[in-house]
Amino acid sequence: MPITAANPVISELQNRIRRLEGGAARKGEVLSFGIAEIDAKLPGGGLARGALHEVAGGGADAVHGAAAALFVAGIVARTKGDVLWCLTRPDLFAPALAQAGLHHDRVIYVEADREEDVLTNFEEGLRFGGLGAVVAELVRLPMTASRRLQLAAEASGTIGIALRRWRRPTEAADFGQPTAATTRWRISVLPSEPLPVPGIGRARWLAELIRARAGEAAEFEIGACDATGRISLSPHARDGQDQARRSQHFG
Amino acid sequence: MPRVVSVFLPTLATDRIRRADPSISAETPVVVVSRSGSKRTVAAIDAAAFRAGVRIGMPAAKAQAMISGLHLVDADPNGDTAAIERLALWMLRQYTPVVAMDGPDGIVMDTEGADHLRGGELPMLTGLVNALRGHGLRAHGAIADTWGSAHAIARATRREVIIVPVGETAKAVVNLPISSLRLPPDIVSGLGVLGFRTVGELSATPRAPLTLRFGPEVGRRLDQMFGRLAEPIDPIRTADLIEVIKSFSEPIGAAETIAKYIGKLVVELCAALETRGQGVRRADLIVYRVDNTLQSVRAGTAKPVRDIPHLTKLLCSSIEKIDPGFGIEKLSLTATMIEPFEEKQCISSLVEETIVDVTPLLDSLGNRGQRMYRLAPVESDVPERNVGRVSPVSEKLGQAWPTRWPRPSRMLAHPERIEVIALTPDHPPASMTWRGKRRRIKRGDGPERVFGEWWVRSSEMEAVRDYYSVEDEDGNRFWVYRSGDGVDPATGTAKWFLHGIYG
Repeated sequence: MPITAANPVISELQNRIRRLEGGAARKGEVLSFGIAEIDAKLPGGGLARGALHEVAGGGADAVHGAAAALFVAGIVARTKGDVLWCLTRPDLFAPALAQAGLHHDRVIYVEADREEDVLTNFEEGLRFGGLGAVVAELVRLPMTASRRLQLAAEASGTIGIALRRWRRPTEAADFGQPTAATTRWRISVLPSEPLPVPGIGRARWLAELIRARAGEAAEFEIGACDATGRISLSPHARDGQDQARRSQHFG
Repeated sequence: MPRVVSVFLPTLATDRIRRADPSISAETPVVVVSRSGSKRTVAAIDAAAFRAGVRIGMPAAKAQAMISGLHLVDADPNGDTAAIERLALWMLRQYTPVVAMDGPDGIVMDTEGADHLRGGELPMLTGLVNALRGHGLRAHGAIADTWGSAHAIARATRREVIIVPVGETAKAVVNLPISSLRLPPDIVSGLGVLGFRTVGELSATPRAPLTLRFGPEVGRRLDQMFGRLAEPIDPIRTADLIEVIKSFSEPIGAAETIAKYIGKLVVELCAALETRGQGVRRADLIVYRVDNTLQSVRAGTAKPVRDIPHLTKLLCSSIEKIDPGFGIEKLSLTATMIEPFEEKQCISSLVEETIVDVTPLLDSLGNRGQRMYRLAPVESDVPERNVGRVSPVSEKLGQAWPTRWPRPSRMLAHPERIEVIALTPDHPPASMTWRGKRRRIKRGDGPERVFGEWWVRSSEMEAVRDYYSVEDEDGNRFWVYRSGDGVDPATGTAKWFLHGIYG
């Protein structure tokens, strides 16, 4: 941060803001993606631990939440400790999560009959403090509830991820409503990487960072999680650059 | 309002004999004979003996003369009582804190607020009756609002499981015979002489003449059956159950006061557990109110616990469910289920990474009736059988699924039919229609052949599924399969199904 060094007044102010914001934005307490382009857009250089994050699927995935679930699985795979996954519809396929790096021994599923119970379980899991991460599949996330969740996450330092999932595509309009979440992501599927032979390559997603507290919105084309939960910036985009460079070289 | 489960074991005595001696064939009539002086009378019979014409109360010699090959056994009332007590203790551990023996052939329990842990009243009662049948005991179960009505319905009906909805007790019992009122036999016969047949007739009669003729018992039993008079179920206790009690000279009622005394009882209970080296798996708090009714709160834990703050928190989390009414005169805390407590020395956190024990969280979620599980691999190639639920505190095995093929992150509960255009036998579909939407397939992978498991279901003897991963123009990826190998009709119908959605 060049400005910090130049101006002690601004650095003092920044420190004070950081203290006011609580633990969330302090450095070192973030879970970085390990990709400079993405981490640069996030305050603190990654997803804040001790904060609530929101992830939803775009398009048809708003209903299925398949890509969003894998994206979340990749994030929580890089945490330590047990993971609590609160849900009402038990249709997750554990082998797929294991392929995204989230070992099945780490995930404890809490299945409730009602949506309100999921919120309660989510909050209780966040408040407990001993977990690596808490994930909840939610249809609705009212402002008050999200504020409670954010406070619970801040108090315990546990990362909380609300995986938004609707029953009908029209309900996804609810995603525009404000919540207290620190970041908000939308994951949509893209056609997979073309292979030289017939077959399906690594899945690609369009990850839209719609909202980031103290940060800017951004979008990335990424390659789906590998076996350790790491995403990659889409090689497709980089291919384009390489192509450009190569053509320059040859030209 | 309590919800009372009454379990009636009509052939307990003969069922016990069959259990003890499995060599008795199902056709052999079994008869239990009781002696008084030189008189030998039939005390209990099984279904086979009933079909053969033997009746309870008949002289044993007559039964012997009627049927050849009769299996006669002397009555063992103490053994029967002990068996009922063992069953009641088992139900106390499994179902609800308030369980009592109900006469020589039944068990009664209050399951108010406990049935949701078993998926509701019907699954709970069906499961209970089935479990008893699995132990070789014929059982009838009934759930009603009062002890009297549940008792009568369980004994009067031929159905094995009956649930009377809340508030419909009166309707359910009016046609029951007066013998189901738990009255002494001489009163029942006296009422019979007067022409009374059913409970409904008796309850419609003016009370005063009945009381004058038969004493207060008739009115009391009627009031108990209809719920006008409270009939507390005094929970069964044995010497090996650890119970701590606090009685109050002045009834208490405020939530903070209750919490305070729960805390004191937990300290006492944990001290008692410590002397035995045990930890508690189920702790029951029973609240005795001054109006002669009781309420119960159960705290279950996944592992044996002797942690005072944790146990107090678990019990106090359901304080709002306790209705103190006019006041509470006694609190009793019982360790219903105890297990050896494992004490472990803690190595310094500098040496090894501290592993956080999540069981306190699981306990508090579990006591609110949430289903918790981990998923674990099951040896099977069929995808829906490949994943099994295990307890969240079970041993972590570390093994995993094979990772050669990518798997979809969401599975449909049931594979859905899709319309497909595909080249047979081995090509992925060129287009598919699912839920009314037609999709053009750009890429596909497969087939991954999954064979049916004939040892699970004989219909899967030759069954084959060919799984393909396909991707449409927009990048949506699906896991579809064709039933059959596409060549031999014996292996499947060649219809296509969608089974999962990739992320």
